[in-house]
Amino acid sequence: MSVKSIKPYNFPAKDVRENFPAPLLFIGWEDHLMFCAPFALPLPPDTPFGALSTAVLPTMYGVHPDFAKIDWNTVQWFKSGEPWQPDPAKSLADNGLQHKDSIRFRTPGLTGLNGSCS
Amino acid sequence: MDTPVQKKKLSLKERYAAMTRGLAWDTTYQPMDKVFPYDKYEGIKIHDWDKWEDPFRLTMDAYWKYQGEKEKKLYAVIEAFAQNNGQLGVTDARYINALKIFLTGVTPLEYYAYRGFAHVGRQFTGAGARVACQMQSIDELRHNQTETHALSHYNKYFNGLHSPKHMFDRVWYLSVPKSFFEDAYTGGPFEFLTAVSFSFEYVLTNLLFVPFMSGAAHNGDMSTVTFGFSAQSDESRHMTLGIECIKFMLEQDPANVPIVQGWIDKWFWRGYRLLTIVAMMQDYMLPKRVMSWRESWEMYVEDNGESLFKDLARYGIRKPKGWIQACEGKDHISHQAWATFYQYGGAAAFQTWVPEKEELAWLSEKYPETFDKYYRPRWEHWGEQAAQGKRFYNMTLPMLCTTCQVPMLFTEEGDPTKIAYRESDYLGNKYHTCSDHCKEIFDNEPEKYVQSWLPVNQIYQGNCFKEGVDPTAEGFDPLMAVLDYYNVKVGRDNFDFEGSEDQKNFAAWRGDSAEGSQK
Repeated sequence: MSVKSIKPYNFPAKDVRENFPAPLLFIGWEDHLMFCAPFALPLPPDTPFGALSTAVLPTMYGVHPDFAKIDWNTVQWFKSGEPWQPDPAKSLADNGLQHKDSIRFRTPGLTGLNGSCS
Repeated sequence: MDTPVQKKKLSLKERYAAMTRGLAWDTTYQPMDKVFPYDKYEGIKIHDWDKWEDPFRLTMDAYWKYQGEKEKKLYAVIEAFAQNNGQLGVTDARYINALKIFLTGVTPLEYYAYRGFAHVGRQFTGAGARVACQMQSIDELRHNQTETHALSHYNKYFNGLHSPKHMFDRVWYLSVPKSFFEDAYTGGPFEFLTAVSFSFEYVLTNLLFVPFMSGAAHNGDMSTVTFGFSAQSDESRHMTLGIECIKFMLEQDPANVPIVQGWIDKWFWRGYRLLTIVAMMQDYMLPKRVMSWRESWEMYVEDNGESLFKDLARYGIRKPKGWIQACEGKDHISHQAWATFYQYGGAAAFQTWVPEKEELAWLSEKYPETFDKYYRPRWEHWGEQAAQGKRFYNMTLPMLCTTCQVPMLFTEEGDPTKIAYRESDYLGNKYHTCSDHCKEIFDNEPEKYVQSWLPVNQIYQGNCFKEGVDPTAEGFDPLMAVLDYYNVKVGRDNFDFEGSEDQKNFAAWRGDSAEGSQK
């Protein structure tokens, strides 16, 4: 379906890639809803994927008591909800991440404050 | 000189006919369709505008007289409230934060409603509908003014009430009500009426007004209560207009039914999402509680809605899509929303806090299936952290739903441990939504929602700094620059209630002990 209008209806999209300094990436940590929603971050496409766990995520999630316990070798990744295996040595772009992609990670065995998924 | 003939006084009905439809005419220099270009393109077929019934038969002269009397009384109370330092009579300064949300998030909607009804009050071909919309338009403008006046007294004593209009156009969470109304009044006139008069005023408005007004009464805020009483007769008129216009559309042509049903689906869900903030206000922000969000949802939506949609079934209208999900949400959304504002409380124009012990107990009692299991652990953890001087502030911006613009905080139906993610592709771009229903709204009119002014994305695009600010300068602090653009006074309007200027001032004015203010 589309908009009904009395004249041609054609307006620019606000969130296209060109409007941002870097592609936007959405990141969520499953079972840890103490962080109320996934995060939005503009990240340069040549950032190595491995830098997420070492440099990016600690500033966002480090205050959670579970964060220090994460075994990054067992972490499961999802892209648009589907299981996904990124290569930490490759860049975000080479892992196929594009503007406004949404990824999440699950940390088996860690289920938040008192197991409440908080 | 002849004795003037005493003319028989017109009956109310005749008077209404003379003063409304009698004053209308069909144009002859230009075709009617050219003069009223907006009321056909949505596909709604109207065969006989004379069937439009205005149940109140209000004429302009009666309107002036009646509203003038009401407002005289309202302003007398507001005046007395100010002279008697009524602000000292509220239960606790925490309560004022509910008023801050009302003034920045609801009062500007009255102004938008005024603009919307003024527009459709010009655009309908039928004179009866035009007059009813014009009256409501004036009501909405009056409400914008009287709410502002009723709350202005608090602005002399409390922080965060100083820039409602400025904030409404900029602050992240206020884009939720703002985009709701902009979505409504950029629709056609019939969609606008379905959105505002029916879905919002008729189905959901009790959920907005009752908690705010009884919340005000319970918490000693006579100024806001009096406004509520003054607006009440208008609100019941608006609700009647809402149900009448739905029935009018449905009775005019069977082809209207699916169009109206689509709008009911959309606007019930949009309104429900908008009310998330009211849910949180009711469960967390009133020092003296009226009833839980869950209880008022059951009373005003589940019970009333059952009979409403039973009544509309004879026209072929069913309950809105999303009804079941919205009913399930009654156990969750207030907790999820307050946790969101708590962690982003550095970027809000009101204060947040960890509920006190008795308040946590009240929440456990009111939400026996969900609070202890899912939400209490967050509050206990944050409470402990705050006691150690490590009050939790989330410093990274959240992902937002493209349709309702709320951060993606809502969980899957049946699983409150999983954030609900939905995704659409449109012209090579990805768009994210928080639920099946927000996704469907997006997918139905993607050309419209690709224009969403999403506050987080706008910040990242560099559009939320004051003119002349250089984000590449050394030591540039983006959060401070955004708060400056919002006109949020850092350290006065935002952060935790504990230790705030509002808390200290209120305790000092009331002569409460230092411990009382530290509680």
